[in-house]
Amino acid sequence: MSILSARALRKSYGALEVVSGVDLEVKPGECFGLLGPNGAGKTTTLKLCLGLTHPDSGSIELLGEPVPARARQARARVGVVPQFDNLDPDFTVTENLLVYARYFGLDAKRMRPRVPALLEFAGLAGRGDARIGTLSGGMKRRLTLARALVNEPQLVIMDEPTTGLDPQARHLIWERLRRLTQEGTTLLLTTHFMEEAERLCHRLAIMDHGRIITQGTPRDLIAQHIEPQVVEVHGPGYEAWMARARHLAARVERAGDTVFCYAEDVEPVLKDLAGNHDLVYLHRPANLEDVFLKLTGRDLRD
Amino acid sequence: MRSRLTLFAPPEPSLRWVAVWRRNWLVWRRLAVPSILGNLADPLIMLFALGYGLGAVLGEIGGTSYFAFLASGFVCSATMFAATFESLFSAFSRMHVQRTWEAIVNAPMTLDDVLAGECAWAATKALAAGACMLLIVASFGYASAAAAAAALPVVVLVGLAFAAVGLAINALANGYDFFSYYMTLVLTPMLMLSGIFFPIEQLPAAVQAIAKALPLYHGVAVVRPLLQGEIAGAAALHLAVLAAYAIVGFYVALILTRRRLLK
Repeated sequence: MSILSARALRKSYGALEVVSGVDLEVKPGECFGLLGPNGAGKTTTLKLCLGLTHPDSGSIELLGEPVPARARQARARVGVVPQFDNLDPDFTVTENLLVYARYFGLDAKRMRPRVPALLEFAGLAGRGDARIGTLSGGMKRRLTLARALVNEPQLVIMDEPTTGLDPQARHLIWERLRRLTQEGTTLLLTTHFMEEAERLCHRLAIMDHGRIITQGTPRDLIAQHIEPQVVEVHGPGYEAWMARARHLAARVERAGDTVFCYAEDVEPVLKDLAGNHDLVYLHRPANLEDVFLKLTGRDLRD
Repeated sequence: MRSRLTLFAPPEPSLRWVAVWRRNWLVWRRLAVPSILGNLADPLIMLFALGYGLGAVLGEIGGTSYFAFLASGFVCSATMFAATFESLFSAFSRMHVQRTWEAIVNAPMTLDDVLAGECAWAATKALAAGACMLLIVASFGYASAAAAAAALPVVVLVGLAFAAVGLAINALANGYDFFSYYMTLVLTPMLMLSGIFFPIEQLPAAVQAIAKALPLYHGVAVVRPLLQGEIAGAAALHLAVLAAYAIVGFYVALILTRRRLLK
């Protein structure tokens, strides 16, 4: 059985088709990442899967329930971390958990004993009486994650869980998410941080213009779509040098004032650069970001 | 096609709406004392200034003192304003500014539940305001305790009607400023035309017809006789108009809110 299965989803707003034929399959216990530039249709896809908006065509099954027909029943076993914080500013940390549990039909008597463990998970032990306004961005995000766990969900859906956080806060969230998958909770997240996807996700799908362009494990995607070595070059005279580089590497791309050379073997590129003292370069293994940029292009998306 | 049907689907709130009502109650509980004092002070000031000041000049009106006449009208207008403020400004904060409604519908809740909870909550606050006015009326001896108690269900109905209409306006708002249109262009004229300050028979027939199409007049038409221990002639009709505003208003509010949030 799959946790979430979506077939041929389509959704338009007016003349604009935001989701144009998406198929998704999330398996029990995995962390599945949905990657894509802004406006790729990630958030709409999640909303469709939760039954918060209805598809124009296609079918969705979430935890065995048909969505949107029985979305309410499905959502009873799902936790959601939205893109924008919507903790209740009128309540304290603990009250936020208790009030939210009510929406799942869980009263304080059943919920209160579980609060300390959730606060510990959120790294907010001892801060139960704090007002939401006094929390840092990272604390709010962790509390939102803890709030998504009040119903002990089988699946947690997260829309850009670490956007806007500093590296320390981000690493703490990643650690917590790994803990969740180790405990058997399935995760579905959207992100545009490739590092996040590479570290956390067992499988991922890259989405653009409402379609899934490719999916697989991070390692497979890198192996499948891109040469394993990269040299990034910039500095005075990089344009002239770029013409030469085309003979040295399998693929040469330019973004702004930086030249990217991709190849199985970048020795010829490095040898050539060694004699050139004007250019600054960085040699590194190819990563998911290279795949992402190759597939979705380097143009700005606003 | 499918999305269109969902937009207009009849309301199907579950009993979970109580959780939404309860959330608002928990927040308000802490501010209850200043809130109730506000409910009392505001109309009291108006009532004493106009009731005693103007009343001394006017003498009797419709067989009672002007103070009693005005007080029974204020029961309805205080209810209207309380329901309206809650369903416009406070609901807008929760819907738009704090995104509380979005958080709620991520749980096994629907917008139908959210709106039912919000509507019931705004009516509850309206009931508190109306009950405060009834307390004043009764304690000044302008109505018996039994008559004041009998007016409570009517106050609830007035509250529900204005809560539902307010939630529909809320769903259209792009900011708090939007509400001044509704307050200035709808509520203030309604307050003047609905027989609160003077009997509507003083108005030209065409204007009377407008007043009778609006909900506030129908509340006043039932509450005023009730406080004097009488049942209004067309009480059933007046109550039906209020109920219609509540039911149709709620359905329209739901459609507009779905259109706004279930994109």
